[in-house]
Amino acid sequence: MLEIKNLSFRVEDENGETDILKNLSLTIADHKFVVITGPNGGGKTTLAKAVMGITAPTGGTILWNGTDITHMPVTERARLGVSYGFQQPPRFKGIKVRDLLELASGNEALSHEEGCQYLTRVGLCANDYIDREVDASLSGGELKRIEIATILARKTGLMIFDEPEAGIDLWSFAKLTDTFRRLQENRRSTLLIISHQERIIDLADEIVMISDGSVAQHGPKDEIFPKILANTVTGCTYMREGDVQ
Amino acid sequence: MSESRNMVDSELLFQIANMKETPKGAYNIRKNSQLDGRQSSRNIEISTKTDRSGIDIRIKPGTKGESVHIPVIITESGVEELVYNDFFVGEGADVDIIAGCGIHNDGHQRSQHDGVHTFYVGKNAKVRYSEKHYGEGEGTGERIMNPQTIVYLEEGASIQMDTTQIRGVDSTARYTKVQAGKNADVVITEKLLTHGEQFAESKMEILLNGEGSKAQIVSRSVAQDQSKQVFYPQVEGNAACFGHVQCDAILMGRAKITAIPAISANDMDAQLIHEAAIGRIAGDQIIKLMTLGLTEEEAEEKILNGFLQ
Repeated sequence: MLEIKNLSFRVEDENGETDILKNLSLTIADHKFVVITGPNGGGKTTLAKAVMGITAPTGGTILWNGTDITHMPVTERARLGVSYGFQQPPRFKGIKVRDLLELASGNEALSHEEGCQYLTRVGLCANDYIDREVDASLSGGELKRIEIATILARKTGLMIFDEPEAGIDLWSFAKLTDTFRRLQENRRSTLLIISHQERIIDLADEIVMISDGSVAQHGPKDEIFPKILANTVTGCTYMREGDVQ
Repeated sequence: MSESRNMVDSELLFQIANMKETPKGAYNIRKNSQLDGRQSSRNIEISTKTDRSGIDIRIKPGTKGESVHIPVIITESGVEELVYNDFFVGEGADVDIIAGCGIHNDGHQRSQHDGVHTFYVGKNAKVRYSEKHYGEGEGTGERIMNPQTIVYLEEGASIQMDTTQIRGVDSTARYTKVQAGKNADVVITEKLLTHGEQFAESKMEILLNGEGSKAQIVSRSVAQDQSKQVFYPQVEGNAACFGHVQCDAILMGRAKITAIPAISANDMDAQLIHEAAIGRIAGDQIIKLMTLGLTEEEAEEKILNGFLQ
């Protein structure tokens, strides 16, 4: 179980202090498929990075399976079963896709077949990619799918994906949706997916709507999804004004 | 192998030439400025120079799939040598040449190997040349290597040079000069890691003289601690040719790196490109590997190993 209690993150900039997360509390039960959504700049990525340990919160606590991980280094959290797929993954000169999958799976002798399976699940033709370097020769969408494959290879208790759909073409996205559906059906991990994609939101058990650093809504998909859809148009003043004109 | 070889020698030979046993085919092993083992083959003849220190390696035209190992090891402190090795590669040959120098210095005097390798690569011949430099030992004596590689490529000839210096060499000044004829092809991959107070300089002059000649130069280096590196890769296009120079360097600690790539075109149809980048390891690379369960140190090592692979 993931328990986030009163989490806050405050930054200082030229305008003074800004609260990115404001006493945010959220509990996610084991093996749930939870989609986090909400407007840009609302604090979703900061929350995900705080859970992984990449961003240090200025207040509050994070418990994973009862262990307080709030101030634990990234490496230790990773070893406790927390995974995070970057929204913008880094590139590495000289490191091959196979190397990343081996590191991710924790198996230095990862078989060719197993490595290829992870790539196939993100819609990449495995033989074309397994020995390629994770460098600037890959497009943004290819890099993103390799990033997702590394999270699949980790098979950890908590998998966080940060906008997995970003930069991915429609055809590959269909394959990715299938993969997420299978993860949802298998129920072996808790999935926390930051997404704005209807087809991913549709797979969710629960939806968390984060806005302005707090949880605006949290509940079963069937209850929250219609509210979000209704809000998308009428909640925006600018668009309402546009309608009048 | 010769009776005089011990554990230190074997380790050095393994490090520089991946040799665990006597290599197949032609070889020449030099130890502490003395000949320590030699074998010629039917197509590759190795002979001692009569006018100065060094050897001649003559590869018959059409020789295919053979290799020559010519490692040099220095295990005594205070050995300083200058050696000339000339390679005559016959027309249409296709061979692997494995060179390398290992210095084990436990003493207080400097050990230095300066090697001048000259390649005369005949028409349509192909050479793959690998050279590893490695130093070890507990002594305060410096380990110095100054290699010079001069290559003449005839029409349609090619050379692929992989040079590596990973740790242990206190000071190095490399000089590489290639003259490429019509449709000749040169690929150079240089890898370098310096640490402590080490200094490394690499100067290259690639002259693309023949129509259709090509050069691809890739330099990857890592400078750690207080070490210093300087690169001067130069490509000159004197005909319709293609040249690409790429210098990539990672800076760590308080190290310093200078890269001065130069391209000169003396022909309307010369196409030359250079790229140079120096920077520290990106923070998000380290964090990404930490999210896969590596410690910060393990992540750094993985990134460097990949970069220099």
